[in-house]
Amino acid sequence: MHPFRYVAASSIDEAVAVLREHGARARCLAGGTDILVQLRVGRYELDALVDVKGVPEVSALRLDRAGLEIGAAVPCYRIYEDAKVHAAYPGIVDAATLIGGIQIQSRASLGGNLCNAAPSADGIGPLIVHDATVVVAGPKGTRTVPVEGFCTAPGRTVLDDDELAVSVHVPRPPARFGAAYERFIPRNEMDIAVAGVASAVVLDRSGKRIESARIALASVGPTPVVAAKAAASLVGELASLDAFRAAAEIAAGEASPIDDMRGTIDQRRDLVRVLTRRTLELAAQRAAAGAAR
Amino acid sequence: MTQAQLSKAHVRCELNGQSVEFLADQHMSLLEALREVLDMTGTKEGCNDGNCGACTVTMDGRIVDSCLVLAPEADGRRVETIEGMAPPGGLHPLQQAFLEEAALQCGICTPGFLVAAKALLEREPQAGEHRIRHWLAGNLCRCTGYDKIVRAVLRAETPQPKPRARRSRSA
Repeated sequence: MHPFRYVAASSIDEAVAVLREHGARARCLAGGTDILVQLRVGRYELDALVDVKGVPEVSALRLDRAGLEIGAAVPCYRIYEDAKVHAAYPGIVDAATLIGGIQIQSRASLGGNLCNAAPSADGIGPLIVHDATVVVAGPKGTRTVPVEGFCTAPGRTVLDDDELAVSVHVPRPPARFGAAYERFIPRNEMDIAVAGVASAVVLDRSGKRIESARIALASVGPTPVVAAKAAASLVGELASLDAFRAAAEIAAGEASPIDDMRGTIDQRRDLVRVLTRRTLELAAQRAAAGAAR
Repeated sequence: MTQAQLSKAHVRCELNGQSVEFLADQHMSLLEALREVLDMTGTKEGCNDGNCGACTVTMDGRIVDSCLVLAPEADGRRVETIEGMAPPGGLHPLQQAFLEEAALQCGICTPGFLVAAKALLEREPQAGEHRIRHWLAGNLCRCTGYDKIVRAVLRAETPQPKPRARRSRSA
């Protein structure tokens, strides 16, 4: 591995200063489960790695009336072991429990998942259907970017070389909201999604019809794919298997998968169809269960 | 930047209950530091990319792949490895169970499995087969087919307390 400086930053300013100094030859370290592997195989070289886990905002997990603030380096286990987060954000918890094995979940973070920008990322779709935003800090201060627009290409994001992701803000879900994430892998655990789907629905006051929906697809495009037409088809419909099947068909058309070692275009479209239907059903169940509480 | 231009990282941590201090290259993994700087070769290198779990250690009580932790990240932390598992002059119940169930063949994966299983049983003394299999999904074994390993961990579980016959106090 090309030798690099390890800097444990304790503030955003300190982290930004190191990023500025080294430009594209410095990056942030959260759990290291992607970046250390990439450095070891020589995908790129860095002169400095800025450990941001000691930056308070980057390691905080806070749930309040405004929603959920997930520091960009908060490891998966802290998300799913928090009983309140578990109850209020099951779609995000679905992803946090699926990423890697227990060892990986001790370290890997949703912020890291975002910055790594893999098309197959499990953590990004659930954040999109929750309308989450990323707080980004740089030399000129902070800005907010919707998760939906954060990834620009495989491995690329809107972050400038001297910027870092500080936290992910997930707004408090409206009443009668439910979300779910599922993926397909050929093994039981520890694998990369052949395809994944995150869905969210909001039911109307009757609890029978869909007021709004959001669907995001993983591993079927260069970045996470928002299936906007599929989601729009559900508005005003009864929360029924027929409506979910119809939306799933549209979502399969909105996917733009490729053939690769993990799966074929046809298989991936078919998986989108199945997983969209399943996650919509689960999201609607969760929305109804939440409304009943 | 060359290695010569970079100073070594000074790391102080608690390793298996003892304070240790060492110097490591700033880009060195905790796994390399354990094996090559501290001469603690019980922790094994398997894939070196976070898939196999052979290098599992605990850091502040959580299991991690030490190949995916930088040595300087261990500064100020509590690290436990396979070397810290057995009590003096004996074996940990999990180690004994692995022997009795013949839960190892080549042995490369064994330290990682033991450290991971210990962390599980400390958290969930009666984890059960399903939970054991899920918890150990980050540890690969190419010899045993896993059944013997799962049986060994089940054997090491704390037995369920026997339900005691209850006597009514008011009687």
